[in-house]
Amino acid sequence: MKQFKGRVIAEGEVKAPALVSHGGLNTLASFQKALQFGDKKATCGDQNNPDLYGKQMVGTALCLPQTIGSTTGGLVLYCACAMKRQPACMLFSKPIDSLAAAGAVLADVWVDDVTMPVIDSLGDEFLEYVKDGMTITVDIDGTVTVED
Amino acid sequence: MAMLLNEEQQAILNGSKGETMAKVMKTMVKYGEIFGAERMVPVTSKYNHLVTSFGLKAMTAVYELMDQLLEAGVASGQKFTVDPRPIDKNVPANLLQKAIFNLAMYTKQEEYEEQLKKLGLLSDSSFTCTCYMDEVGNKPQYGEVLSWAESSAVVYANSVLGARCNRNSGIIDLMGSIVGYVPEFGLLTDEGRRAKWVVRINTEKKPEAQLLGSAIGMKVMEDVPYVIGLDKWLGNELDDAACTYLKDFGAATASNGAVGLYHIDGLTPEAKNFGHDLILEGAEEYVIDDAELERVKASYPVIWKNKNAKPKLCFMGCPHMSLEQLKTWTVRVEEGLKASGNKKVVIPTVFTASPAVLEAFSKTEFADRLKATGVITSYICPLMYMNNPLCKSMPVITSSNKLRTYTSARYYTDDEILSEITKGGNN
Repeated sequence: MKQFKGRVIAEGEVKAPALVSHGGLNTLASFQKALQFGDKKATCGDQNNPDLYGKQMVGTALCLPQTIGSTTGGLVLYCACAMKRQPACMLFSKPIDSLAAAGAVLADVWVDDVTMPVIDSLGDEFLEYVKDGMTITVDIDGTVTVED
Repeated sequence: MAMLLNEEQQAILNGSKGETMAKVMKTMVKYGEIFGAERMVPVTSKYNHLVTSFGLKAMTAVYELMDQLLEAGVASGQKFTVDPRPIDKNVPANLLQKAIFNLAMYTKQEEYEEQLKKLGLLSDSSFTCTCYMDEVGNKPQYGEVLSWAESSAVVYANSVLGARCNRNSGIIDLMGSIVGYVPEFGLLTDEGRRAKWVVRINTEKKPEAQLLGSAIGMKVMEDVPYVIGLDKWLGNELDDAACTYLKDFGAATASNGAVGLYHIDGLTPEAKNFGHDLILEGAEEYVIDDAELERVKASYPVIWKNKNAKPKLCFMGCPHMSLEQLKTWTVRVEEGLKASGNKKVVIPTVFTASPAVLEAFSKTEFADRLKATGVITSYICPLMYMNNPLCKSMPVITSSNKLRTYTSARYYTDDEILSEITKGGNN
């Protein structure tokens, strides 16, 4: 078991299995097919992300460095939240990027019944340590506990 | 850190212009606070640019939010351009594709375009990702502050025009314009525009714009690169050819990574004004030679079901082509066909450009010549065209690294594309 402390972008408590992307998460490429074609598990459609491609993202603790790609990114995250196809939480090893931040803020301000804790600045060691399937617990103060 | 708002901004946040406007301001303030913005600054560009142009059924949440804004009467004071339309009947599609586009995917298109008109769409032909083209007319001035989205347009406005804009997301683009303020952080600040990377170009030939941009994007991710040695190939003036090159280069940096601003030594405005002073102390270095570009190209996965399939469609113009590019490519296609002995392109080929550029092109002698080669022109967004499950099994080729990144399209260099469409490969 190991604990990491990050900055709280959107607060909340959650426990979920880890899903790890070592490269940047291309939000549009990852979510677009899931949103368009009724995939309630949000299977990642990004061919350029070997860590996530073909894996289900809903309900996971999505661990990543940052998001990349199209500036529809925040809007796509907002839609995923509004449609309840979002990850259980998003955990960034680096400071959050402007697109993911927009998604987190839009979901927080404009979607009433969905909580998706978002923590950033967890550090490179977090992403090196965490593996797919490990159990992640997020506390309200931004403490992230990773268990085998 | 709490942001310091002026009296007007605080009043809006407190509800002086209604509950919905207060939520819009709250969104922009929270967005800025995440990045340590200390204040909001006025949006100073004449026009805005929005990224969301498509009436996707799945985006219902967006349209509902737009309705909320319209019902509250909080439309932007700025007119805006918007990304390209997702459908054009000129582009080849089989019956099944047409059914999916019209009956399953873009069923909200008409409804959404009505919303855009009410929110301040500049004109019915303002659908393009290259709004900064002279023919379109949404070209910000040096130093102006924008609330734009669309990664390729933002990186162009920042880098080639010297405007100031963060890589805003869709919806944030509109909300900044509605309140008239954006939080000051990142690429809006002098410090945020300095380079964390020095990229040295040591190639023996002019690097392919889309490939070079991809290599740099994947290396520097969201950081600002200062590129040295590219002016050897592009010159020191931002003429049509250089701007076209930088359009494609920038789109690749922004989509293969998350670059919002680059400086080209001796060419782009801030590099000319401030030179190497833009490079931060301790900046990392990335040297690019021909072998490195080959390595990057070879790393692209080919996800066609049949990797050796004969291409069924070729897309050029993601981002939309410039007038200069349409003319140059008309000549290239003609010469390619002449060399191969073919009369028309051997793969259905679509060149995409903004409605305004296409109109300008139609008035040139090149328009009929291009038509004679069999190439189709369209205002469509190739990315949106390919956003359907049928396209994964459809072998589409492109020289756009943005299209490659987001879809199953296979990347070829410009020369390879020319060979494919005029000869059918290198055979």
